[in-house]
Amino acid sequence: MLRVEGVRKLYGDFCALEEVSLEIQAGEFVSIIGPNGAGKTTLINVVTGLLKPTSGTVHFKDRDIRGIGPVRLAKLGMARSFQLVTIFPELSVLEAIQVAIVSRLGRGTRLFHALAADREVRDQALEVAELFGLQDKRDARARQLPQGDKKLLDVASAFALRPECILLDEPTSGVSTAEKNTIMQIVVQASKRMGIRSIIQVEHDMDIVFGYSDRIVALHQGKVLADASPAEIQADEQVMSMVVGRPTH
Amino acid sequence: MAGPAVAQTSPRAGARAFAPGAWVLALAVLAVLVAPLVVSPYYLTKMLPFFAYGVVLLGLNLLVGYTGLLSFGHALFLGVGAYTVSVATTRLEIRSFEVILLLAALTAAIVAAPIGALCVRYVKIYFGMLTLAFGMLFYSFLIKFYAVTGGDQGLRVAQHSLLGLFEARSGERVRFLTGQFYYYAAAVLAILALVMWRIVRSPFGLCLRSIRDNPEKAEYLGVSVRRHRWYAFMLSAVYAGIGGALLGPVTGQVDPTLVYWTHSGNLVFMVLLGGFTSFFGPLLGAFVFIFLQDQIMSVVPYWRLVFGAILAAIVIFAPTGLMGLLSQRPTLPRWAVLRQAPGPEHAN
Ligand SMILES: Nc1ncnc2c1ncn2[C@@H]1O[C@H](COP(=O)(O)OP(=O)(O)O)[C@@H](O)[C@H]1O
Ligand SMILES: [Mg+2]
Repeated sequence: MLRVEGVRKLYGDFCALEEVSLEIQAGEFVSIIGPNGAGKTTLINVVTGLLKPTSGTVHFKDRDIRGIGPVRLAKLGMARSFQLVTIFPELSVLEAIQVAIVSRLGRGTRLFHALAADREVRDQALEVAELFGLQDKRDARARQLPQGDKKLLDVASAFALRPECILLDEPTSGVSTAEKNTIMQIVVQASKRMGIRSIIQVEHDMDIVFGYSDRIVALHQGKVLADASPAEIQADEQVMSMVVGRPTH
Repeated sequence: MAGPAVAQTSPRAGARAFAPGAWVLALAVLAVLVAPLVVSPYYLTKMLPFFAYGVVLLGLNLLVGYTGLLSFGHALFLGVGAYTVSVATTRLEIRSFEVILLLAALTAAIVAAPIGALCVRYVKIYFGMLTLAFGMLFYSFLIKFYAVTGGDQGLRVAQHSLLGLFEARSGERVRFLTGQFYYYAAAVLAILALVMWRIVRSPFGLCLRSIRDNPEKAEYLGVSVRRHRWYAFMLSAVYAGIGGALLGPVTGQVDPTLVYWTHSGNLVFMVLLGGFTSFFGPLLGAFVFIFLQDQIMSVVPYWRLVFGAILAAIVIFAPTGLMGLLSQRPTLPRWAVLRQAPGPEHAN
């Protein structure tokens, strides 16, 4: 579904990604791990068309998506959430989700239709809010939500696009350990319900990574250090010490 | 810059919080309707610019309050509308004011299309500066192309008719303006306010607000940011054009000061004064501005000085404007709101 081949990304002289290749199949849950500065966010940005790779190719559903930009990417069926929470501070929870639905249904340029009267948009938004446990806060302003809910809303609005493939950049960073598991369970459940086929996430918490991934890609200084199943990664002491920063016991 | 991104209340929520507002609005409409029966012609003639500026500001606030783009050159489109009236009545012999309004809207849209397409590629101060620059360009054009525009003398506005029924007979201009034209302009404002009310509650309006709050996130949700900004720009220009056309007959004369940058500044001032975070804020701003200016000017000659001080006070103490002050719920201290407002959500 997603094919990254020999991608290099330079920031000036600094090489953030070097010969990165990976392939994601439909139905896979892939975690990208690596220490800070390894190039995980850069990789997500290249894959989601925000950054153009210096060299190499990125294909999504056999289409070259290098630098095509977020809007066309969303239409193609790819969505993302951000490392730092990105919400619409002044919109309500339901409205934030509705933005995605309105754009997916191609109704963003309807000037004289009442949004409140659009049952289809409203029902779909309520469904997503419910999946993410946000239904009771649907009228709350996004900026008034607690941190964990902001993260959830960010992810929920991306899910509302009903993409085939979703990239989550540290979906559980900055929330408590207890909340991390809740968020992951919601993500897995919601993706099943909404027909999302592949999930690619960047994650630091190794319990989460080993608990949910089908496959793990370890990045280190811009290079793919390992690309294997959780069991294989766990057994690989070199990767564990370099990427996780602690030896296995 | 206390830009629109710092909106404390979204326009929609502001309107909801101000639920008794429906009554206030009804009273205001009633007052406008009965005013010609009880108020002196002097004050009635002050209401005419209010109707005209009201239309302009509804459009400007679509850009400022809802899309998060602060235009410093909006008087350009107001000027386009006003000059359209003048050219239509004096050169093209068009009498029907409805046709003239349509023409003004159309001309404003045609002028705004390329300007908007360029300006919306930029945001914040760069957007503001570009709109300012286009305003200045148009001002120079009006001054230099004497043959078409009458230069700094401007052009007069000639005879026109409302609905094909009413027109000013010679010597009865004031009676016409405070009578038929008064109601006509009020009706245009009311209709355009209803239309704008619908627009900001449409899926399109939601997309604009998402762009104002976080354009990057909006793009990743599939909202085409530039296209929406461009549409908003055109719509606000059309409103400014129609508002400018309403202003023409009131002054009876149009001249380049209409599009001078200080006039654009006044428009921004009215928006801030009333409050860009609420739908009706800019209308309140226009009303207060016009009558305050009138009162202060009759007392001291330095009205700009007084207005400058007021503007500073508003930006510092009441960033949501008069409407914000009126609809504020006392349970929420302002510092608490401010501390949460822009926050790290905008960073990435
Ligand atoms: N826009 C940029 N310009 C220059 N260097 C950058 C930029 N973005 C990231 N980097 C550098 O690239 C490296 C990888 O960054 P990033 O992809 O954010 O890492 P990660 O998400 O794995 O922590 C870091 O050393 C970072 O300093
Ligand atoms: Mg990162």
